[in-house]
Amino acid sequence: MNYVEVHCDECKGCAVCVSSCPHGCLEIGDSLNAKGYPYVRFIKQMRCSACGLCFTVCPEPAALSVYTSKEE
Amino acid sequence: MPDTNEKFGRSSVFYDTFERRGAEEKSTHYCPGCGHGTVQKMIAAAIEEFGIQDRTIFLSPVGCSVFAYYYFDTGNIQCSHGRSPAVATGVRRTLRDAVIIGYQGDGDLAGIGLAEIIHAASRGENYSVFFINNAIYGMTGGQMAPTTLLGQRTLTSPNGRDQFNDGRPIGMAELISVLPAPVYVERCSLSTPKQVLKTRLAVRKALRYQIERKGFSFVEILSPCPTNWGMTPIQARTWVTEHLETVFKLGRLKDYDEDVPVPADPVLHPIDDQQMLTLLTAGGIPTVKTSVEKRPSRSFKIGGFGGQGVLSAGELMAACALSEGYRVSWLPSYGPEMRGGSANASVICSDDPIGSPVVDTPDVLLAMNGPALDAFEHTVAPGGVILVNSSVVNQKTRRTDVSYYAVPATEMAKEAQLISAANVVMVSACLAVTGFLSIQTLRESIPRVLRKKAFLERNLGLVDATITYLQQQEII
Ligand SMILES: Cc1ncc(C[n+]2csc(CCOP(=O)(O)OP(=O)(O)O)c2C)c(N)n1
Ligand code: SF4
Repeated sequence: MNYVEVHCDECKGCAVCVSSCPHGCLEIGDSLNAKGYPYVRFIKQMRCSACGLCFTVCPEPAALSVYTSKEE
Repeated sequence: MPDTNEKFGRSSVFYDTFERRGAEEKSTHYCPGCGHGTVQKMIAAAIEEFGIQDRTIFLSPVGCSVFAYYYFDTGNIQCSHGRSPAVATGVRRTLRDAVIIGYQGDGDLAGIGLAEIIHAASRGENYSVFFINNAIYGMTGGQMAPTTLLGQRTLTSPNGRDQFNDGRPIGMAELISVLPAPVYVERCSLSTPKQVLKTRLAVRKALRYQIERKGFSFVEILSPCPTNWGMTPIQARTWVTEHLETVFKLGRLKDYDEDVPVPADPVLHPIDDQQMLTLLTAGGIPTVKTSVEKRPSRSFKIGGFGGQGVLSAGELMAACALSEGYRVSWLPSYGPEMRGGSANASVICSDDPIGSPVVDTPDVLLAMNGPALDAFEHTVAPGGVILVNSSVVNQKTRRTDVSYYAVPATEMAKEAQLISAANVVMVSACLAVTGFLSIQTLRESIPRVLRKKAFLERNLGLVDATITYLQQQEII
């Protein structure tokens, strides 16, 4: 199963990943992280194609990691 | 999860933690949604992919990305504002296998450093430049940049940039692309995921060409600065599409062409310590004497017209003083004329560190011509020495509180068939009458500063002739 891991304390809530995900898998949540930013949540696991666009557009080195199933 | 692979994650080219930001900190100092982080991630990924981490040198600019050296676990140099192309040139000429990354903002590259980048591009230096165009000075709070759009409001263009008052935005990619030497010039953007992916390809290509020693690559990247644009990160990306991209057209302006010769590998071959010493000392290593007791400092002013060897007289004195263990400063002053204008040199010799090389009240004045005597005689310290070239200087000094000596330096040099060596006569006389530095030191120093080695004997002969003259005149 593909999925996106969010390291919430590295996210600054810019939402660029949210707008770039072709499958609408991400959204900005209501809670704040340790730095006071709202942070992204991975919400639609079934649709994630592990294309990595969210990771590529994200300005932070590792606010997100993208995983893919081994079988694929 | 054991049944999954990490497909996209933190690049090993970044340090694990960014300690400058605090222990265990893993995020950058960039504002939310800033383009700098996105580009630097692509660069890190490309370095990792090419396996060049150990030979990469990342040149951090001045600007918001000044601290990139805290992020990239590569070689790093933080360059003066706009000077990264000069640094790249130096690195390229000395480290053949280095992969050099120039990373510059628009203030850095198109403002203060414009001349540097043009010349590095024009020489076709083999390195890769990533030019982050956010149309503003980010770090300093949003002043107008050379790339600011017409009508764009910034701190320093509060009514919007005006073409007549402020000029029009400069298209750096276009400018670089018309030079013959660069091999690859492309303008990309971070506006949309599609453009980001294109940028990623351009970053890779620019690095690949460098690794293949093809030459100079330039990738301009239109990049959002939400903070100074006063927008959300999403709005800022839309603004890039709707405004920046309409003025700064995206696309490849130039690409590697098999038929165009690539610049030769310009690496200078390293020289060993001995060769370096020979080069610097031009044929001899001075024996430096050190003294235990502190000696009094002396300052000299040598004045004359250009072509009389005024500056090299100063150099010769400085070389003598150096080999007697003094700290020395030599400050030349001359006009734009190669010959005939006035020139002077200031020399300070001291056992203490020299704060300023400027000589306002010289202990000793060597006046090679009349105007030099006029200009400087009143500045000589009371009890000091004035020595004139009496072949040229007709008047005597008006000062009564100094020792005054006249030596027909030009005539003596003419007699020795080396008119250009009047300065050697003056320096010899100066050392002989003041006793400040030994004549033996002078003899040893002349070969080191003399450019035309064939004249060595005549120069040394003039030292002897000067001493004989002074003795005959009962000056010494
Ligand atoms: C010699 C010098 N002049 C001026 C400055 C002030 N200064 C610091 S950053 C900067 C502009 C940076 O703008 P840009 O290159 O566009 O980079 P950004 O911050 O937007 O990424 C200026 C003028 C300086 N640090 N050094
Ligand atoms: S001021 Fe602009 S360029 Fe600088 S970090 Fe913030 S968003 Fe980026």
